[in-house]
Amino acid sequence: MNFTFRNKRISGMLAVVPARELKFLDEMKNFNAPEGRSRKLMETMGYDRRRLVEDGVCVSDLAVFGLQQLFDRGLLKKDEIDALILVTQTPDHLLPPTTNIIQGRLGLGKDVLCLDISQGCAGFVVGLIEAFMLLEQEEVRKVVLINSDVLSRKASPKDRNIYPLIGDAAAITILERDPKPSVIHATVKMDGARNETLIIPAGGMRLPCTPETAQLVDVGDNNLRAKDHLYMDGSGVFNFVQTEVPGVIEEVLKRSGTPIESVDYFLCHQPNRFMLQKLADKMKVPHSKMPNNVVERFGNSSGATVPIAIMINLAEKARGSGFLACLSGFGVGLTWSSMLTRVEQLAFCEMIDFA
Amino acid sequence: MKQLADILKEIRPEFDFTTSQDFLADGMLDSFDMVTLVSTLDKTFGISIPGTDIVPENFQNLETISALLRKCGVQA
Repeated sequence: MNFTFRNKRISGMLAVVPARELKFLDEMKNFNAPEGRSRKLMETMGYDRRRLVEDGVCVSDLAVFGLQQLFDRGLLKKDEIDALILVTQTPDHLLPPTTNIIQGRLGLGKDVLCLDISQGCAGFVVGLIEAFMLLEQEEVRKVVLINSDVLSRKASPKDRNIYPLIGDAAAITILERDPKPSVIHATVKMDGARNETLIIPAGGMRLPCTPETAQLVDVGDNNLRAKDHLYMDGSGVFNFVQTEVPGVIEEVLKRSGTPIESVDYFLCHQPNRFMLQKLADKMKVPHSKMPNNVVERFGNSSGATVPIAIMINLAEKARGSGFLACLSGFGVGLTWSSMLTRVEQLAFCEMIDFA
Repeated sequence: MKQLADILKEIRPEFDFTTSQDFLADGMLDSFDMVTLVSTLDKTFGISIPGTDIVPENFQNLETISALLRKCGVQA
């Protein structure tokens, strides 16, 4: 589906990452594979360090910490917020919505619309689309979008397919009307026929958690995983990204009449370095225009990786005269998305540690 | 072909890649080994194997990998 928005903008971004840092070299012993193979994997995929929450830390904890910082520093006022959107795969509970928990803990007004969206790695663009749609309403002045996951709590430490790449984080993005004339194009595509490519089989109503679903099983390649854990068909995801994502990026460029050379940066979801390099090669985009260094420093934190890519590579430009960005996410659903927008004059664009 | 066998041997020293016709079915390469192999081949031959070609059928044996390299412009 295609979207066009006028006179909307991103006005600030803050990411909250856990203070706890794990190093891949220290974790190698957990994976039932020879050290040499793990080291080669590390070099290719870009695994190095990542940030994980401590036991018991939830998405609402990261979000409340970040929003409270913004309030304390005068960067956001409680009574400016008209809607709170949270994109997550790891809510605090099955119910109530985690946004209601955040609203209650922060003492936000009862007129604040609270919306949880079940999306993951494509969720930054999906969340932006929802926020911009809300801003079409005259009464809505400012929307807070939170992309947050604590997927490390649902990944098997004995699964080399998943565990070394996962990171936890929350990205808080503020959206409002743009006083200047501006146009934003976006495209989202979904394919539910491939919904089992990324799945946590147990924990919902279809297969509630039981002692049996918690049992680790040898799933091949010396990996151990339970049905309570996140499963990813790595080859399926890789092929999906290389096949589908270029098209959804070309779609927004075509609709906006923007030559690919005119895009300053392609800020894509950050699954691993290798996948992004191959994507850039396929699209004939210089690697320097498609940053791929989030996983090596913070891990793959699902929908928060695009904002983090902006913060660690382009914060100064984002606070200043800005750049033309093609944002793109891809993941669970399957879902893949893109958005062409300028990112400029942000009131804040930074990262803080959750402690 | 020997250079290719040597590269594979470096990734998984415990196997003899000249004797198998299906590296994946025989448990000699997993998906991460494929990624490591592609990265090594890219660097060794100065190419970029397209992401859409990184599929199991292209990594079954020495012949299929050689065919992939030829497709990418490497003289076998």
